[in-house]
This record gives sequence, structure tokens and C-alpha cells, in this order.
Amino acid sequence: MSALTQARASLTPAFMKNERQRRTASRVLAVALIVFVAILPLFFPLTATFVNTSTIALAYIVMALGLNIVVGFAGLLDLGYVAFYALGAYAMGWFGSTYFVKEGSSASINVFAGPEAKGQVGIHFNFLLILLAAVVICAIAGILIGLPTLRLRGDYIAIVTLAFGEIIRVIAVNGESIHLFGYELTNGKKGITPIDVPSLPGYGTLPIQDFNLRPWYWLALVMVLVVLFCNIRLRDSRLGRAWIAIREDEVAATSMGIPAVKTKLLAYATGAAFGGMSGAFLGAYLRTVNADQFEFSFSILILAMVILGGLGSIWGVVLGAAVLSYIDRQIIQETGPNLLKDLGITIDASQLGFGVFGFLLVVMMVLRPEGLLPERRRKLEFEEGVGTGETMLEARVT
Amino acid sequence: MEAASITASRIAPTTASRLWANTREFLDQYGLIILLLAMPVAYGIHDILEDHSLSHLLRNIKEGLSNGAIYAIIALGYTLVYGIIELINFAHGDLFMIGTATSASVLAWLIGPIGLLLACVAALLIAMITCASINAMIERIAYRPLRGAPKLAPLITAVGFSFLLVNVGQLWLSGQHVSVGDPIDNSVAFFTVFDVPFTHGDAIAFGVAIPLLLALTAFITTSRLGKAMRATAQDPEAARLMGINVDTTISVTFIIGGLLAGAAGLMWALYQNDVYFFQGFQAGLIAFTAAVMGGIGNLKGAVLGGLIIGCIQVINDDRWNATWTPAVVFIYLILIMVFRPRGLVGEETREAG
Repeated sequence: MSALTQARASLTPAFMKNERQRRTASRVLAVALIVFVAILPLFFPLTATFVNTSTIALAYIVMALGLNIVVGFAGLLDLGYVAFYALGAYAMGWFGSTYFVKEGSSASINVFAGPEAKGQVGIHFNFLLILLAAVVICAIAGILIGLPTLRLRGDYIAIVTLAFGEIIRVIAVNGESIHLFGYELTNGKKGITPIDVPSLPGYGTLPIQDFNLRPWYWLALVMVLVVLFCNIRLRDSRLGRAWIAIREDEVAATSMGIPAVKTKLLAYATGAAFGGMSGAFLGAYLRTVNADQFEFSFSILILAMVILGGLGSIWGVVLGAAVLSYIDRQIIQETGPNLLKDLGITIDASQLGFGVFGFLLVVMMVLRPEGLLPERRRKLEFEEGVGTGETMLEARVT
Repeated sequence: MEAASITASRIAPTTASRLWANTREFLDQYGLIILLLAMPVAYGIHDILEDHSLSHLLRNIKEGLSNGAIYAIIALGYTLVYGIIELINFAHGDLFMIGTATSASVLAWLIGPIGLLLACVAALLIAMITCASINAMIERIAYRPLRGAPKLAPLITAVGFSFLLVNVGQLWLSGQHVSVGDPIDNSVAFFTVFDVPFTHGDAIAFGVAIPLLLALTAFITTSRLGKAMRATAQDPEAARLMGINVDTTISVTFIIGGLLAGAAGLMWALYQNDVYFFQGFQAGLIAFTAAVMGGIGNLKGAVLGGLIIGCIQVINDDRWNATWTPAVVFIYLILIMVFRPRGLVGEETREAG
């Protein structure tokens, strides 16, 4: 008895100390990283391409973190995530533009939309209110999309979510022929444009993107920080542990009393809400909501960010999203072609973008199959081979 | 809810609960058939009332079956690969696109010198061999090194190769729609039954698809490698213990998938006459949907799914509006998944068990 207490006394503090040191170190690292990212645009001109890319990368990080909840935490493969980008962006288009106007009418709705929107026709809500609306709409849509998948397992879930994503895209493309109260639902490939410039309480109206990109960048950064905080808290919460339990073994989890239906639907709703938030921001930032933005390949891009970063690992997903955004937008479209030009090679590099991106995906995935920064639990499974039938050739006994 | 209603009906068989249980049983058994027949029956009645004959609907269905035969052949490639390594092979649709591009090039090159029939046979063989080699190479480079990796990792390498193939197609076809012309006079009919013409295009679709299906069935059921494939699909570990070379078997599966994709490429080039580097994506999506609709991993299911989707597509294109066709196909898919979560003829695969 006393030996045991002694052993515990000598063991516990050392272990706790290590754990505490590790936590302090990672906290310091996180704060340093956030400060660095926050002051980054000050080193570039007001409208630098790099700041533009970074703003979009930040929005993609929000999306990837949302998808990580569904695919990484709860283990439900979602191939239709673009649906929530579309819904969020259309929320911004519907409630923050001059789109819903009948010819000759001067009807307008204006709710805290800032001085710019005063006297303009159409529906104008404050940016934050629309963000909230996008979150609510997408959470509901997430639950509706989740409902038919509850009876399904594995990759059948993937195809049903893919089907919903494609249905929403087709509706967006053909929205001109859907009439609600005499208005066309979407403007199809012509797009809803221009979208109102956000007006934030305490800051005022943001500058237009042609003059200054920094406030947009910081707005996106704040959004990332909020979502990051929510994600970390969710992961460590009762709900987060329930998601991971469902992912590891659904039968065992339900027999331990985890309500599978509620847990899965909450994963869909939360993931969708973050996607909608980012979609609404991108709608305002790109100033247009256009049916061409909602292709299936977008879902795949976000999924690639999650898997490449490390399924279920929050910082891994952030890194994966950043890496792929910069490869997609900066290296392939800007740096690479310029480099080739400097080297005197005359190839139309815009013709090779797809292939280079695909090639890099293959190389990165083959070199780091478990992801760039794998989740600790998964890393252990991968290294020691104590899996739950997650690898390709392990037979499932369930 | 299901359990509750069953127990309730056992304890106190009230009229309402019995009615509900009966309805449920009825829907479970026949709901899917009603769902699938709803559209043709509705249009059939409409045709009888309007035109006093069913030939319009029959024409639609015939065209749908020819179209669906192409999707069925592509879907087989998805389902074979899924059955054996549980991977959604996203590169398969683009492999099919490479098949169409190869066929178009070979046809353009050889029709003059060696005549139509020989050129078609040559195009078929060359497209099949090209696609099979590419598929085997993709498996070797992108999937085999990831065999012990987390299950979703090969999905991303598949996407990577899909992008690469799209790029190859883009450079090959100079980013344009390339027309094959109409070498076989597609719409000329051999004979006409009940006002339904059986055309050269249909002959190509069925004439390539049916022998391929027979050969594939024979290969899978009787040959040594086919048996090894089935064993590996059922349980790779046990198959390995029985002395089956799992790596070779998987390679063979990919080669067969590639052969089928190449054949589908020629069928498409001759039947649709138009080749475009982005079409692999759309066709792949539809074929994958067909594979899932039938029950992924199941060969009969893939063919059935392909034919059904072909019919839905043609009926919808013709009667309603082609721009909404993808949405209609996917709504059908979701409803089928709701009624039959394992697909139309789905067996228990390892994952869906």
C-alpha cells in the first residue's frame, strides 16, 4: 500500500510536469504563430497578391476545420461540403445586395447595414447578422442532409452527401427558372453581384478590396481564431469524445450509451455551420456569388486539405489548408510561371496547373500517408499497427 | 421507431398500428419497385392517352439502354476496384476520358488507310491496352505504397491522378471539343420494331458491351485469377494465407478495370461522337453513382445501375429538361439509398456489413 503511494508520488509529478511543459510550450508556440500571422500583411503592399491569397487561405482554413469535424472527428466521409459554401454565399447574396428588386420598385429593407447601403434598394442586413443567418441555415441544411445517411455505413454516406452537393449546384445553376414570390432564386452563372461591403460595429465600413486588403485579412483571421477556439473546445468536450468514439467503433460507442443519431447529426450541423460562415465571408470578399464557384472539385479540394493535414488533427488541418491554398493560388498561378519566365522557359504554365497540383498531391500523400501533422491517437495506431480496421487491407470483423 | 411499432403491434394490435406496420412492410418490399417504375408508367399512360401508342416511351428506353451500356462498362471499373481494395477510384472517370481521346485519335488516323471496320477494332484494342497500362501504373505508383496507410489517403492520390489525367487530356485535345465525325452513321436503322428503330449506334453499344460482360463473367467465375480476385475481395488476409498473391491479384483487377474503361472510351467516341477533356469527370460521377445504386462491389449491380441511370437520363432529357437531369439522377440515388441502404442488389461487402 505504502509502496504504491510512494510509487504514485514519485511517478505522477514527473509525468504531470512533462505534460505541463508540453502544454506550455505548445501554447507559447500558438501565441507566437498567431502574432506572426497577424502582423504578416504589414510587410506587404496594401493590395499585394500575397495578402489576397492569404485572405482566401484563411477562409479555406475555416472550411477545412468545419469539414474536419465531420470527416476527422466523427469519421463520416462527406463529399458534398461545397453545398454549405453555396448556401453561406447565397445567404450573403440574398440578404446583402441589391438582387431582390423588382423593376421600377424602390422597396428596400435595411437593418444596421452601414452608411453605404442607405437609400439603396434591395435587402441589406448587417454583415454579422448575415453571418449568423448563414450559420443557422447551414446547420439546418447539415441536419437535413445528414438524416438520410443515418442508416448508411462507410462510403455509401460519401455518395449521398456527394449527391446533395451536386443537387445544390444544379439548383444554383438553374436558379433563374425557380421563382419565389416573383423573384428568381439565384442568378445562375451570371452571379449575384455586387455584394455589400461589410460594416462592422466599432470599426465602420471596410475599405473596398481594390484599395486595401488588410482589414479583410484581419477579419478572416478573427474568424479563423473563433473557429479554432470552438474546434479545440469541442474536441475536448463530451461531444467531441463522443464523435471520436463513434468514429472508432460505432457499435461499441452506442452500446456504451452514446446516442448515435444525435451525435452524428450534431457533427453534420457543426461542420456545416463553419462551412456556411466561411462561404458567407467568401461571398462578400469575392463580391460575387456565382454558380460556377460550387463545383464538386471544391469539395475535393477541402477534403484534400483535411486528409493531407492529418485527419482529426486541428493544427494539421490548419497546416494542410494553408499549404494547399498557397500551392493552388500562389505557387501555381504566380510564383511558378514567373520562375519559368526568369529561367527563360517559354511554356504556357496556365495549361499545366491541374497536372502540377495533382502531381504534388500524389507526392505529398505518398511521402506522408498519415498526414503532415497527424493526430496523436492516429499516429500511435499507424506506427504500432493497433488500428480499428482503418487501413485498406484489414478485414473488418463487425 | 421501427422496433417500437413492431412491439406495439405485438402487444396491442390496434388498427392504426397494424395499418402502419403493414404499410411499412409493403413499402420495404415494393417501395423501390414503385419508385423505379413511377416515371416510365406515368409517361406510358400519358403516351397512350396522347399518341395511342407506346412507341415514344419504348424509343426512350431503347436509347437509355444503349447509353446506359456505356455507363455500365465504366461502372464495372469502379465496382471491381472498390470490391477488392475498398477505394473509390476517382481517377477512373478520367481514365475513361483518356480512352475516348485514344479512340478518337486512332480512328482519325486509321479510318483512311485501313477502312472502317479494321480501324474500329484497332481503336478498341489500342484504347483498351493504353487504359489498362495507365491504370496498372497508377496502382503501382499511387495506391500500392499506401496499402498500410489510413483508409482515406489513397483517395487523395486518386484525386491527384485524376487531375494529372485531366491535364494530359487537356494538352492532348488542345483544350477543345474534338469531333469524331459520324463514321458509322449512328442514326441509320438496321430494322424497326413497333416504330422503334434499332440503329448502328445501338449495335455498337450492345455489340461491344455484351461480349465484354460475358467475357468478364466467365473470367471471374471460372479462371484461376478470377477466383483469386473473389477471394481477395472477400478477405485479403485469408486469401494471402491460402497462398494467393494479393498484390498481383490487385494489379490484375486494375488492368481489367482499365481494359473496360478503354472499351467504354471507344463506345463513347462512336456513339456520342464528341470528345472533351472534362467529360471524364461527369461520366465518372454518373458511373460511380450507377455502381453505388446497384450496390458497390457487385458486378450485376453496376450493370443494372448503369442501365437504370441511362434510362432516367434519356427520359428526363427528352421529356422534361436536360439541365435538371443531374439533379433528377441524384434524387433517385438518394431515394434508393433510403429504401435500400445497400443498393439494389447489394451484397454484404466488408465495409457495408
